[in-house]
Amino acid sequence: MLLEINPLVLPDPGLMIWSTLAFLILLFVLGKFAWKPIMKAISEREQGINDSLATAEKVRAEMAQLKSDNEILLVQAREERAQILKEAKEIKDKMINEAKEQAKEAAGKIMADTQQAIENQKMAALIDLKNQVGNMVVEVSEKILRRELSNKPEQENYIKQLTNEIKLN
Amino acid sequence: MVVGSVAAIGAGLAAIGAGIGIGQIGKGAVEGIARQPEAANEIRTNMIVAAALVEAVSLFAVVVALLGNG
Amino acid sequence: MVAVFSICICFYHNASFAQNADTNQVTEQHHNTDQKEEGDFDVAGTILDHIRDDHSWHLWGHTSVHLPVILKTDKGFEVFSSSRLSDEHHQPVVYNGNYPYKQIDGKIKVMNADGSINAEASKKVFDISITKNVVSMFITVFLLIFVFLGVAKAYKKAGVTSAPKGFQSFIEPIILFIRDEVAIPYLGERHVRFLPYLLTIFFFIWINNLLGLVPFFPGGANVSGNIAFTLTLALFTFVIVNINGKKDYWRHIFWMPGLSTGMKIFLMPIELLGVFIKPISLTIRLFANMTAGHILVLSLISLVFIFKAVSASAMAVPFTVFISVIELLVGFIQAFIFAMLSALYIGMAIEEHHEQDLVL
Repeated sequence: MLLEINPLVLPDPGLMIWSTLAFLILLFVLGKFAWKPIMKAISEREQGINDSLATAEKVRAEMAQLKSDNEILLVQAREERAQILKEAKEIKDKMINEAKEQAKEAAGKIMADTQQAIENQKMAALIDLKNQVGNMVVEVSEKILRRELSNKPEQENYIKQLTNEIKLN
Repeated sequence: MVVGSVAAIGAGLAAIGAGIGIGQIGKGAVEGIARQPEAANEIRTNMIVAAALVEAVSLFAVVVALLGNG
Repeated sequence: MVAVFSICICFYHNASFAQNADTNQVTEQHHNTDQKEEGDFDVAGTILDHIRDDHSWHLWGHTSVHLPVILKTDKGFEVFSSSRLSDEHHQPVVYNGNYPYKQIDGKIKVMNADGSINAEASKKVFDISITKNVVSMFITVFLLIFVFLGVAKAYKKAGVTSAPKGFQSFIEPIILFIRDEVAIPYLGERHVRFLPYLLTIFFFIWINNLLGLVPFFPGGANVSGNIAFTLTLALFTFVIVNINGKKDYWRHIFWMPGLSTGMKIFLMPIELLGVFIKPISLTIRLFANMTAGHILVLSLISLVFIFKAVSASAMAVPFTVFISVIELLVGFIQAFIFAMLSALYIGMAIEEHHEQDLVL
């Protein structure tokens, strides 16, 4: 061999045997008694954390759902209230209008009735007056006719007297 | 003695190569971090790994130098 | 960084020599009379001595733990303490077991009667000693088993719903990091099967890297910077990749679909080579990175001894601290990269290709 190999880079078989032994012992002991329980615990913990997170997310989503439901309900209630108010106002206006119409109608009817009654009364009064005037005329004519025959001046006075009497009436 | 000196020169040349390589890695990493500061941690890890790999190549050369320097 | 480092060395070299030229000469002469090696400090030798595997573990001063030597020879197994291989001055001496053994550069060799190395007989001796690296490796193993069994118990006791507490809260993000950044992106649904392997290899390499950075007793061994160690781990990945390789994986190696026959034949050796290059690159990457870190730290500390002045530590210690902090990062990154590339290779092997992919 041309170059002599530095002992530093020449693997020593004895040490290799011991290294193999040490590593195999370590691999066996740790693999059986350390890594298995540790990895199991870690993965279980991670599983637990993931589950908790998932649950929290679910609850949050439910809360959001609930909240949006509430909001929808609120909006609906508001709409309903507005609707009811509107309807009430309409009913009110309608009632007022009806009342007004009725009142007008009633008033008109009363007026008409009253006018009718006045007319009737007037007619009755006129008829009565005509009758009375007729009667008076007949009475006066009777008296005049009776006195005319006796005395002319007296007759004249008498007419005047009668006329005054009528005036006094 | 001559073999030892040649080996030393070889090791020195390997160090130059590794120096350039690690310099490039550092440059790339710093530029990367400046461009994306939020990825700084990831870049740093990869930089260290790459630097260690480059460094190892130069150490291979040193070992080869040692082989002849028995 | 390397450039700055070099300039500092040059600068400091001149400055310290200007200041301490006279003192240096005096101390050199003084020490030369005491110990003949002190004057000329062998940096490369010392560093190699520190990053090499060893049969004894130096604790402090003149105290070391002598680890058992186990040899398999053609005359059977042989176990003795490594203290037999050195005298009271820490100089290697010959130990007469089945053969006369002597430690040469950390390796046990068979000697001839005249004091030269018997290369022929040395090859037959198979050294499976419990070395410094082996002890360090088992310290890591026990540390990891202790820590993770405790963590696993905490998970069992506290139940699955509670948040992690104490050490558990430190470990869990790292486990999740490996799972989310390494296993899932490259292995997808099938990550559960390979996750234990990836986690084990990551933590094993990481803790070994960290222990290697500790300069005194429980650490200090250069385990993850030893090529035998990294090669073993890379071979584990290699075996797992090729055992789990699906039909598509092998077809892509030997008979790349969607290409002309000539191209298929041309690509076959390249792809086949790639199968073996992958573990080799894993081996060398980890080995070279960790060894380079150790060499760097030791070189900086050696500055104090090169200049033979305590004032040199004013420069060397901050640099060492700086490099050690970088090595902390490198230790993590290399463990991560080893795990990541293992995941990538396994992912490539178990991938089921679709018809659209074949055209690309």
